[in-house]
Amino acid sequence: MRNYIFRRIIITIPLLFMISIMSFFIMQLSPGSYLDQIKMNPDISPELIETMEEDFGLDKSVPVQYLYWLKELLQGNLGESFTYRIPVAEIIGSRLLNTFILSAAAMIIAWGISIPVGIYSATHHYSILDNIFTTFSFIGLSIPNFFFALLLLFLIVRLNIPLPISGMTSIMYDYMTPVEKVIDIAKHLIVPAVVLGTASTASLMRQMRGQMLDVINQDYIRTARAKGLKERKVIYKHALKNALNPMITIFGFQLSSLFSGAALTEIVTGWPGLGNMMLTAVRSKDLYLAMAGMMMGSLMLIIGNLAADIMLALNDPRISYD
Amino acid sequence: MPTEKLNKVDKDFKNISPRKRKFQGFLKNSFALSAAVIIIILYILSIFAPFIAPYESTEVFKKHFYHPPTKIHFTDEDGLSSPYIYKTEAVGWGEYKVDQSQKYYLNFFSRGSEYSLLGLFSSDIHLFQVEDDIPIFLLGSDSFGRDIFTRILFGGRVSLFIGFVAIIITTIIGVIVGSISGYYGGWIDNLIMRVVEVIMSIPSFYLLLALAAVLPLDLSSAFRFFLIVSILAFQGWAGMARVIRGKCRSMKQEDYVAAARALGSGDRRIIFKHILPYTTTYIIIRATVAIPGYIIMESGLSFIGLGIQEPSASWGNMLSAAQNVSKISSFPWLLLPGFFIFITVLSYNILGDGLRDALDPK
Repeated sequence: MRNYIFRRIIITIPLLFMISIMSFFIMQLSPGSYLDQIKMNPDISPELIETMEEDFGLDKSVPVQYLYWLKELLQGNLGESFTYRIPVAEIIGSRLLNTFILSAAAMIIAWGISIPVGIYSATHHYSILDNIFTTFSFIGLSIPNFFFALLLLFLIVRLNIPLPISGMTSIMYDYMTPVEKVIDIAKHLIVPAVVLGTASTASLMRQMRGQMLDVINQDYIRTARAKGLKERKVIYKHALKNALNPMITIFGFQLSSLFSGAALTEIVTGWPGLGNMMLTAVRSKDLYLAMAGMMMGSLMLIIGNLAADIMLALNDPRISYD
Repeated sequence: MPTEKLNKVDKDFKNISPRKRKFQGFLKNSFALSAAVIIIILYILSIFAPFIAPYESTEVFKKHFYHPPTKIHFTDEDGLSSPYIYKTEAVGWGEYKVDQSQKYYLNFFSRGSEYSLLGLFSSDIHLFQVEDDIPIFLLGSDSFGRDIFTRILFGGRVSLFIGFVAIIITTIIGVIVGSISGYYGGWIDNLIMRVVEVIMSIPSFYLLLALAAVLPLDLSSAFRFFLIVSILAFQGWAGMARVIRGKCRSMKQEDYVAAARALGSGDRRIIFKHILPYTTTYIIIRATVAIPGYIIMESGLSFIGLGIQEPSASWGNMLSAAQNVSKISSFPWLLLPGFFIFITVLSYNILGDGLRDALDPK
């Protein structure tokens, strides 16, 4: 097991290297060099441009620029954002944290709702409530994130629900006590988290229902019932544990899809996360910021998949990786 | 009598091929069938958009911006009447007063602006228009005073066909690359799978953002459409290739493939004649399931301004007019394109589910 994890981590390094090459060249595909655009910007002093030229070789060809970027990266320097005028590392940390908060909240909503609902649907399948849940899951799966966000905003405005509709903090945030700050962020979190959580809830519900139905029809469940175990014990002890196994793999894949899906939700609801930052970065051709966002996003995705594999191995003794 | 019946059953059984039986199973699923019908209707509406829509997609009614949906009256003092509307006049910013002094009747199959349908024949007959050139907005108008109903029909051409074209390209690339990788193995397999891994390790929306941001803004809309499709396909082929590779690898071990090889079949013949046909079920299901994803991605990109550009219509870029909260609450009909995306995606999902049940009842 330890060998397996070690091997997977080693593989990650060339993978990230390849991703960085591909991203760098994609972003350099756009016409005009970054240097020209920066030079046209009166806000950027000639000294700064000089240092950037020196550090990152912005006046050189694209492959050489890449090598410069890689060299700086390995020394822990992510470069400076052209638009925000501060080191990329300072921006990316807080953005990453915000995306984490949003994804975690969405995940809690999704798993909190879908597991019990899935169990209920499987144990009462084809009942009225099960059909209603199935309908809801189809709707949840089909509604695009950004449209759902717009609908929620519409409802909030129309019904005068006292919820903030955009951003992460109120204007008065800086003057609040720590407790108020947490409440303020939580309030802002509701809309994006519900939007992001809905799609995952819908798909998880269906997966959970399917897994549970599979397990309930197994022989050992019949044996457990035949032994005279209480139904509750049969479902929660024997069936649930086995039904949850495949769900753990889904958990890992979800990490990655949440990351991608979060981007649009963040953009619509103005949540200052990584996806929102990526949009600003690619729009304003903020090369190093976009590169950092790309690398962070990919790293999170790889970690998510790795975590899923490890959890699956730990949870299911039948799987061996050696 | 019993033998007759037996014979009949036997005959019925013989006459129905497995494929046909699967198809019949699908027809019995009324849920999936109605989804298929809705999808077909949506495609027909968008193909015949110039005929069904009363106007051109870029026709502007300057004095009628943010006009609410026009109310069509079907009854007058004498009971039922042919449909008519009343003229409206602007009384404020996005506010209109109905002038009930005169009725304007709808003319069906009337002559309007010239258009060409599918590039085959041109005509100037529209399904309906209002007499005296009074504008009619079935679903309201946008900030420029363009008819939203018209733009939804024309936007459907982009939004509905982008998924279709993208999945065809994705499937072709994915199947070819995947089968080469799985069949030959060795260094070529290694190389392809590393590329697949790289593409699949970048969050898909980030990759789309970076690629779409590269496109210059001054492209013709047809070329832009093509580029957006290529971007979607570039990002999408990897997953398809990976699965086809797996299937090819296991299929390669089968006896009949060895037999074909012993008979002197070439690699290409083995791949196309003996291996790929066994993956068609999977490909059909996967394609149906993937189309709504592409539709959502296109509308997402257009929504944030990186996809199809104004003045061309797409459901995504029409929705971006509704990005402002105050606009949503005062002019809620701006949200309508979103319902069309939703209904399309929902129908495709139900259809995909039905197809999976019918073709692959595992």
